[in-house]
Amino acid sequence: MEAEKKRRLEEIARRIRISVIEETYAAGSGHPGGSLSIADLLSYLYFAEMRIDPADPCKADRDRFVLSKGHTAPALYAALAERGYFPKSDLLTLRKLDSYLQGHPDMKGTPGVDMSTGSLGLGISAACGMALAGKYRGADYRVYTILGDGESEEGQVWEAAMFAAHYRLDNLVAVLDLNGLQIDGRITEVMNPTPHDTKFAAFGWNVLQIGAHNFAEMEAAFASARACKGKPTVILAHSVKGKGVSFMENEVDWHGKAPGKEEYAQAMAELKGGKADV
Amino acid sequence: MSEKMATREAYGKALAELGEKYEFVVLDADLAAATKTGIFKKKYPERFFDCGIAEGNMMSVAAGIATTGLIPFASSFAMFAAGRAYEQVRNSIGYPHLNVKIGATHAGVTVGEDGATHQCIEDLSLMRSIPGMTVICPADGPETRAAVEAAILYNGPVYLRLGRAAVPTVTDIPGYRFEIGRSVCLAEGKDATVVATGCMVHMALTARQMLEKEGLTVRVLDMHTIKPLDEAALEAAARETGAIVTAEEHSRIGGLGSAVAECVCGCCPVPVYRVGVPDCFGRSGKAEELLVYMGLTPESIADAVRAAVAAKGKR
Repeated sequence: MEAEKKRRLEEIARRIRISVIEETYAAGSGHPGGSLSIADLLSYLYFAEMRIDPADPCKADRDRFVLSKGHTAPALYAALAERGYFPKSDLLTLRKLDSYLQGHPDMKGTPGVDMSTGSLGLGISAACGMALAGKYRGADYRVYTILGDGESEEGQVWEAAMFAAHYRLDNLVAVLDLNGLQIDGRITEVMNPTPHDTKFAAFGWNVLQIGAHNFAEMEAAFASARACKGKPTVILAHSVKGKGVSFMENEVDWHGKAPGKEEYAQAMAELKGGKADV
Repeated sequence: MSEKMATREAYGKALAELGEKYEFVVLDADLAAATKTGIFKKKYPERFFDCGIAEGNMMSVAAGIATTGLIPFASSFAMFAAGRAYEQVRNSIGYPHLNVKIGATHAGVTVGEDGATHQCIEDLSLMRSIPGMTVICPADGPETRAAVEAAILYNGPVYLRLGRAAVPTVTDIPGYRFEIGRSVCLAEGKDATVVATGCMVHMALTARQMLEKEGLTVRVLDMHTIKPLDEAALEAAARETGAIVTAEEHSRIGGLGSAVAECVCGCCPVPVYRVGVPDCFGRSGKAEELLVYMGLTPESIADAVRAAVAAKGKR
């Protein structure tokens, strides 16, 4: 991967993380842990992978993105704002009564949100529908969705997995954010959904593994997904929940709680790391 | 009342016929032979997608299809479309107000021998409480065809409630026109109004004939749209006839009867008597036996009319 591209994507991911902390701190609630774990993936998707036009968010042949793990909306909103879909200043209205930035993504009110999500398991099915419609019409857009590993405990995820393989939706890429934690604890202890690789392979998917904070591996995996014909691709992205904020990393408590004043200050100091704010 | 046809049959035929005129796709969950979407599938195999026995996924897939501007019809039995997939219908289709048409067949107890697990008597209640959902329950074959076309032309989620058993045609009257949210007055009367939906409409007309012999004239409204409800027609019925009886092949809780009572108690309180499935599950039996067992008969409607008329002004 070109050094300049990598540096740029890292910088965007850093800004997404800063926004996640600012948004949840301002809202006084929200889900920072799983938002931070997908910041790099969203940086790559919105700035290196997807064919989109923020000036025309509903363009018919655009690539689509569905945040199946809808509770990590703060990261999605941050990426959309960075990409220019709406002003960054609006991020601080997250979860407020008069805001269009709902606690979970609302496609009716938010430019750039392709599907309303929040209830786990539903997003990947909607992504299948978008991909099927693309095939039906002979359109060449691609559909991307990010799921949580805890979300994979929902039976509907596997109904969708069957569906996508059955209809050979090679225009669909599902990224599984494997941060290993869910509200009640470690996913392997709450209700073990692993192994994901052999399960998805058995369902007929092209299975790839990457580090969720490694842009070079993302570049290779998304290119490989594009080249794979006749099968949907799942990218198993091994991540750190809370990535980038030391006291949030791998801490299940930070799944769904906003930082307090001192935690906010520490998180911002770590993320800004002495770099000039852009 | 002339020829008989099940509204599910009319639905399948309408899809196949209207497929020539409009672009849409049809999804089913392994019940194409029963929901009659198989008629469409035979004519347009490339526009038909079986989702297998996975109704929740089917509803969310339909939502995803609708985001691209393509209209999907998603079909299953009412029990699974409105019951099993309730949350997908609410969150994937209803919340974003997507242009999905749900064709739910085998509603009510006329499913017959399959019994309680397959007899959905709660779907009107579930569907009409979803904000922005349009809920239609046609009375006969021709009305079903008209409802399917109206659903295609309307931009937003629609729940079509259809039956398994054949019903006589009742809407073959001069000047008949189907409009979502506009009830059809099938017969005039001054002593009471029967507001009926689905397979109870023809029974309401039979009940009217029975009561006529006793000197009571009854207005019969075919309330094919449960939501949005034709409130103007209900207010007029309350003011002009002073008593209302509702009739539906659905639980007395939450369906047409509830919707009518909610409306009338505000605009013009008059006695409202509800004919419907009592607060109990269905059971196995022949469709016609189950209708009698549940009190879904012209006689029950006539009894309710007599009681409602007697209750006028007594409060």
